[in-house]
Amino acid sequence: MNLITTATAQGLMWGIMALGIFITYRILDLPDMTAEGSFPLGAAVCARMILTGVHPLLATATAFFIGALAGSITGFLITKAKIPGLLAGILTMTGLYSINLRIMNRSNLSLLGKAKITDLFNKFSLPNQFDTIFMGLALVIFMIMFLFLFFQTELGQAIIATGDNEKMARSLGISTDKTKILGLMLSNGIVAGAGALIAQDNGYADISMGIGTIVIGLASVIIGEVIFGNLTFVNRLICVVLGAIIYRFIIMFVLLVGLQPNDLKLISAFILAICLALPSLREKLQLNFFTKERV
Amino acid sequence: MVQKNVLSLIDVSKTFYPGTPNQNNVLNQLNLTVKKGEFITIIGGNGSGKSTMLNSIAGTFLIDKGSIKVNEKEIKKLKEEQRAKLIGRVFQDPLMGTAPRMTVSENLSIAYRRGQKRTLRKGSTSNERHYFETLLTKLDLGLEKRLDSEMGLLSGGQRQAIALLMATMKKPELLLLDEHTAALDPKTAAVVLELTRKRIEEEELTALMITHNMQDALNYGNRLIMLDKGRVVIDLSGNDKKDLTVSEVLDLFQKRTNNPLLNDEIVLG
Repeated sequence: MNLITTATAQGLMWGIMALGIFITYRILDLPDMTAEGSFPLGAAVCARMILTGVHPLLATATAFFIGALAGSITGFLITKAKIPGLLAGILTMTGLYSINLRIMNRSNLSLLGKAKITDLFNKFSLPNQFDTIFMGLALVIFMIMFLFLFFQTELGQAIIATGDNEKMARSLGISTDKTKILGLMLSNGIVAGAGALIAQDNGYADISMGIGTIVIGLASVIIGEVIFGNLTFVNRLICVVLGAIIYRFIIMFVLLVGLQPNDLKLISAFILAICLALPSLREKLQLNFFTKERV
Repeated sequence: MVQKNVLSLIDVSKTFYPGTPNQNNVLNQLNLTVKKGEFITIIGGNGSGKSTMLNSIAGTFLIDKGSIKVNEKEIKKLKEEQRAKLIGRVFQDPLMGTAPRMTVSENLSIAYRRGQKRTLRKGSTSNERHYFETLLTKLDLGLEKRLDSEMGLLSGGQRQAIALLMATMKKPELLLLDEHTAALDPKTAAVVLELTRKRIEEEELTALMITHNMQDALNYGNRLIMLDKGRVVIDLSGNDKKDLTVSEVLDLFQKRTNNPLLNDEIVLG
């Protein structure tokens, strides 16, 4: 029971991160590596601020804005300096490593005994982990509502159009440079915000906590798509979060089977590889099936 | 009566890969003025500069020399998306003119805001939907029932018809059509071409249409120009164009350039 609530709570928070990844990978169709740096950036900013006595809510919100700033740097590198998207993300991510160390002053900042955002639910005296689940759920619902409404506005639709057909978007007067920068800012702001939440839940911020962020986010997006198929926009957002929760359950199961936490990155990569290969695997299996029948 | 020039190209030159062995002078001091209400068909062999001319006007790239004016205003330094306020375009590839993962209605809503600043207002209103429905009904392709279909599910001809609507519904000063029926089967191509003529007449648009099919170039529009080596070599309008035949165009081309047209493609389309 305890394991299940832990996995759900973590899945909800990682789901918020996955929503950020969804914006770049699926909506903008722009594989953005910045997330690997903006995730620990959010954690570092938030931890440093909490340690200096700032309210956890304000610290988390600040993490969002600083993350958006990191996204805008990648956006400028792509649109103004014409650096390919993948490389631009790697450049920002690499630069952020030093910045994160500067913010934290060392490789790990403990939040032991400090006020956290989950403390807001303390007065309800919920059972262990349920405060995290409630907060995660509230934030997930808020984020999905916000993204749903935002992507229905003229600006949101312009961002979707940019990812769907950039040439058309420009021919209809959409400044695709601006929409790309805006999308990257939103995505990295959300990822950094999630980094802040997860640092508070873990009780520390760590310089290496960003490694694998993209693999985890993308795995959540794709697990959701593989299981639930082609859906409307708002359902796709929900499926991303469900994908993140399912991913946590897979990880929990793998640990129960006896693998070590040190194996987790390998397992993450393996899960994503399987998910990505699934559509073509399915096709191949079906093809074999048909050829066999014909014989 | 002095009519305003909707478009004037003055000594426009464009060279690709300058200074390399692949250097290619596509446009050579090209001059062209277009008056309001003209529907110009553009013909010319491969590499004659037809598409480059349209792309120069639309701002896909910047020109090397010369001037491009729309309504007497210089636009050669404006970005493509800034020129979109004045110019509507339909591309050759039906996949290029529409967004496949968005619905028909979403595509039209995006086009309905061509040249406007995109804000946090609603991206689509119910009034708009009503308007789109009447527009689609006029196309007579049954598309009014498919407002909520994803664009990617429609056929090439349907997508091209909608792309045409998207380019023209916010009345542009200038409509650019780059072989927009070349990728369609002959029957669908004829339907889309007829729709094009209807839209241009209804909205009284000024249009430039590239075509590979010389017969289409003669049948449609009220002015015909032919490009060769990045210059205008034939320019006929009014009655001169009305009675023109394919063989006359070929003779004229030979006379003007001292060069027989060897390229069958342009004759056979």
